[in-house]
Amino acid sequence: MSASASNGRVWLEALTGVSAGARRAPATVVSIDAALGEERARYIAVVPDAGNRFVRARNGEVGVEEGWALARAVRDVMEADHDDSRRPIVAIVDVSSQAYGRSEELLGIHLACAAAADAYAAARLAGHPVLALLVGKAMSGAFLAHGYQANRILALDSTDVSIHAMGRQAAARVTRRSVEELEQLGERIPPMSYQVRSFAQLGLLHRLIAGVDAASPTPADLERVRGELIESVSDIRQSPRDLSLRWSNAAALHARAASIAVRQRLAEQWNAS
Amino acid sequence: MEKLTFVYPARTVLASRAHVGVVASGDLEVLLEPADGRESRVTVTTSVDGFGVAWKSVLDRFFARFTAATEVEINDFGATPGLVMLRLEQAVEALQP
Amino acid sequence: MTAVRPEAVAEDFLARRSFIELSARQRAAALLDAGTFRELLGPFDRMKSPWLLEQGVVPQSDDGVVIARGRIAARDAVVAAIEGAFQGGSVGEVSSAKIAGALELALEDCLRGRPVLAVLVLESGGVRLQEANLGLAGIAEIHAAIVALRPHVPVVGVIAGMVGCFGGMSLAAALCSQLIVTRQARLAMNGPEVIEQEAGIAEMDASDRAAVWQLIGGEQRYATGLADALVEDDVDAMREAVRRALAMPAAARSTEVERFQSRLALIDPAHPPEPRALRLAWSRSTA
Repeated sequence: MSASASNGRVWLEALTGVSAGARRAPATVVSIDAALGEERARYIAVVPDAGNRFVRARNGEVGVEEGWALARAVRDVMEADHDDSRRPIVAIVDVSSQAYGRSEELLGIHLACAAAADAYAAARLAGHPVLALLVGKAMSGAFLAHGYQANRILALDSTDVSIHAMGRQAAARVTRRSVEELEQLGERIPPMSYQVRSFAQLGLLHRLIAGVDAASPTPADLERVRGELIESVSDIRQSPRDLSLRWSNAAALHARAASIAVRQRLAEQWNAS
Repeated sequence: MEKLTFVYPARTVLASRAHVGVVASGDLEVLLEPADGRESRVTVTTSVDGFGVAWKSVLDRFFARFTAATEVEINDFGATPGLVMLRLEQAVEALQP
Repeated sequence: MTAVRPEAVAEDFLARRSFIELSARQRAAALLDAGTFRELLGPFDRMKSPWLLEQGVVPQSDDGVVIARGRIAARDAVVAAIEGAFQGGSVGEVSSAKIAGALELALEDCLRGRPVLAVLVLESGGVRLQEANLGLAGIAEIHAAIVALRPHVPVVGVIAGMVGCFGGMSLAAALCSQLIVTRQARLAMNGPEVIEQEAGIAEMDASDRAAVWQLIGGEQRYATGLADALVEDDVDAMREAVRRALAMPAAARSTEVERFQSRLALIDPAHPPEPRALRLAWSRSTA
């Protein structure tokens, strides 16, 4: 298995100090309550499980059961907490894709992933500081389900971290280019890049954390990342609960000028003059 | 991909604007708007290179009949000349209040 | 029983107007009360994709999404309709911002005590690959906007065909308060071609149309409770269905965790049910 095979499991265990043994099915979605600074937080990761009963979700993909289990993990926290003590929820993101399979589509994987996104969004709107920590792959539907509804997205500055709408091989086939050509395109056109540093230019990342080992974090690395998570939680608690910072931050002014212009013009035209 | 521009003399004033079509494979969209002055200007963005003569032929025929001073924007994804003329005519029809 | 005159059958057929054949703009106008259609960021605003020209793709003046305000059954509404004929309805930076932005403004109005209903006409292959991460981010913002708006007003999704609703937009469909489909519709996260590519032709033969619709088609989705209404491809029927859906009590299947986890627990992935069998197991009347 490659080093990035489960950065997700590595970081879940490292940040919580707890071994991610299976608690409930599916074993692919692990949630652990542990300290974050002075308070308790829920950490959630999707991890590989060679014995997953859904064969196409054995390598850290988000499949049908994973989508609903993510929703369960988040909604359990919402039900347990009250308005004055909504704990942070940390999505540790290392997800290669959604699961590809006939059964997956039959059984409504689109709804399962929507349920996960729904839960994270609902938690955010209820006042839980929701964070996404990208430690590996953050791809397409899997990222939409697990991480993309966070108030703040943080990422390790590592070649292990890759964000995109479609895997390289599949994207190459669909666009009838070579993988090399796609990579070159990504250098010219920032939103098409797989690299986390290009992603960081788009104004979607709160923090890009450099100098940290994504595959085997040291104690100093963990301290560093915890510090960033704690700072983010504090920032979230002083900010609106929607995602508007994603198109109003400094980097977005340039990188997402069109997203901003659309919203501006819509607002101007919303009421008939 | 090519961007082509054409200019034609105009005699009358355009009172309204119109939009027709979709940039679908084999199709095009046309935007017609009033232009200042006594000229019509056409901007064609097309996915298919090398058909400048065909575009000119269709537009020459169209502007021989259509005399209002107009800004025409065409976004084309490989439509036939026949379809281009049809969309232009549909756009003119859509100008009626 | 009286015999049906052949002429009556012909008249009925001719009187029907296909909703599927309408463009996005025509669909939005057809769903709104007559005379109330007012488009925002229409073609003449020229809010095009900033990313397509340099990749050799001709942009469309509205980036393939129509946003229209108006009334539905005399209530203020906004319709966002995706033009499936432009780049397969794929969603990029501008198109996703139009949809999310419209939903965000509807929410603002709701919070000011001026409810605005929302209807999403979804005809999309998912993220536009030429805009990849900005398309994906925009879709996440659409999801966020639906979840935020849904407690205040119904958000009704419509999938008519023939493109269907795939990728990140299939999650948007699943987040809607009510989802209306035709028989011609398809709804799935990954398209049949992608499944065939990733999992092999034995898993999915994308060229077997009957099999594809049996698996992910509108009727199957309706019969397994993953859509709320199955409608004929007819403009009047669709208008009626949207009005009915907007009057339904608030519901969101994407919050029914218990229900779906229980259902999945009964399924053995090693012996998955045939689509027909799933209709019985997940019938609209069962828990």
